[in-house]
Amino acid sequence: MSLEVVLFTIIASATGLSAIAVVVSRNVVRCAVWLLFTLVGVSLLYFLIGAEFVGATQLIVYVGGTMVLVVFGVMLTAQRQFLQIRIRAQEWIVGGTLAACLFGLMAIVSLRLGTPRTAAATDHMPGAGPIGVGFTTTYLLPFEIISVHLLVVLIGAAYLARAKRKAVERGSP
Amino acid sequence: MMDVGLTHYLLLGAFLFACGLLCIATKRNAIGILMGVELVLNAANVNFVACAKYVPGFALEGQVFALLVIVLAAGEAAVALAIILNFYNNHATVDVDQADELKG
Repeated sequence: MSLEVVLFTIIASATGLSAIAVVVSRNVVRCAVWLLFTLVGVSLLYFLIGAEFVGATQLIVYVGGTMVLVVFGVMLTAQRQFLQIRIRAQEWIVGGTLAACLFGLMAIVSLRLGTPRTAAATDHMPGAGPIGVGFTTTYLLPFEIISVHLLVVLIGAAYLARAKRKAVERGSP
Repeated sequence: MMDVGLTHYLLLGAFLFACGLLCIATKRNAIGILMGVELVLNAANVNFVACAKYVPGFALEGQVFALLVIVLAAGEAAVALAIILNFYNNHATVDVDQADELKG
């Protein structure tokens, strides 16, 4: 067994188990911690594939930014009676059946799509330099669109936060 | 023992997607639903980066799409959390079953 197979087995099983733990844990803070482990596992998979820039971006943006945002959301909204919301068994049955059917469907498609490709198409993945050149030449339009999208998100989030504060001031005499 | 191929990464992506969908379907806490959406987006990203390695002529495109998805996920999380905090300030709960005011 090569090193890649061993590493992939360990990281993929850890990521999958963390994803299961996100679903089944009832405390929302523990959900956030398991989601953190899942995101770190996915970034390790990117490093294993050879896409260092995407892996580093995943670590910085997801683990450093989005997870802190989610944890702040948990802390700001965590009251005792809402920290653990009871889920009915009926919902588990319906949702589990749906997810299992979808996973079976996608597994069939994956097995058909992936069987002829076991050898890597490229020896080394393009790093940060070719990605940056691509973003400024071929993919300039998506780059600009996503820049404007980030600006809209910034304005929207600031507007929502500000409207909230106004409503609180108006509500208190 | 066979090598790691595209199939293994696609299966892991499908598993993460199913977990995220189950998370969205079963959780009633709005922040739990947000975590499920993050799982689904990560599953898509795993597929993109795996295809960047194993599909010919997709080496740059897969990484570029994955980066775009990461940025979109960050923006989505920011706006969704702002909406959730607003809802929490108005209703003092994050249970999505309570958000039924628009129901006809």
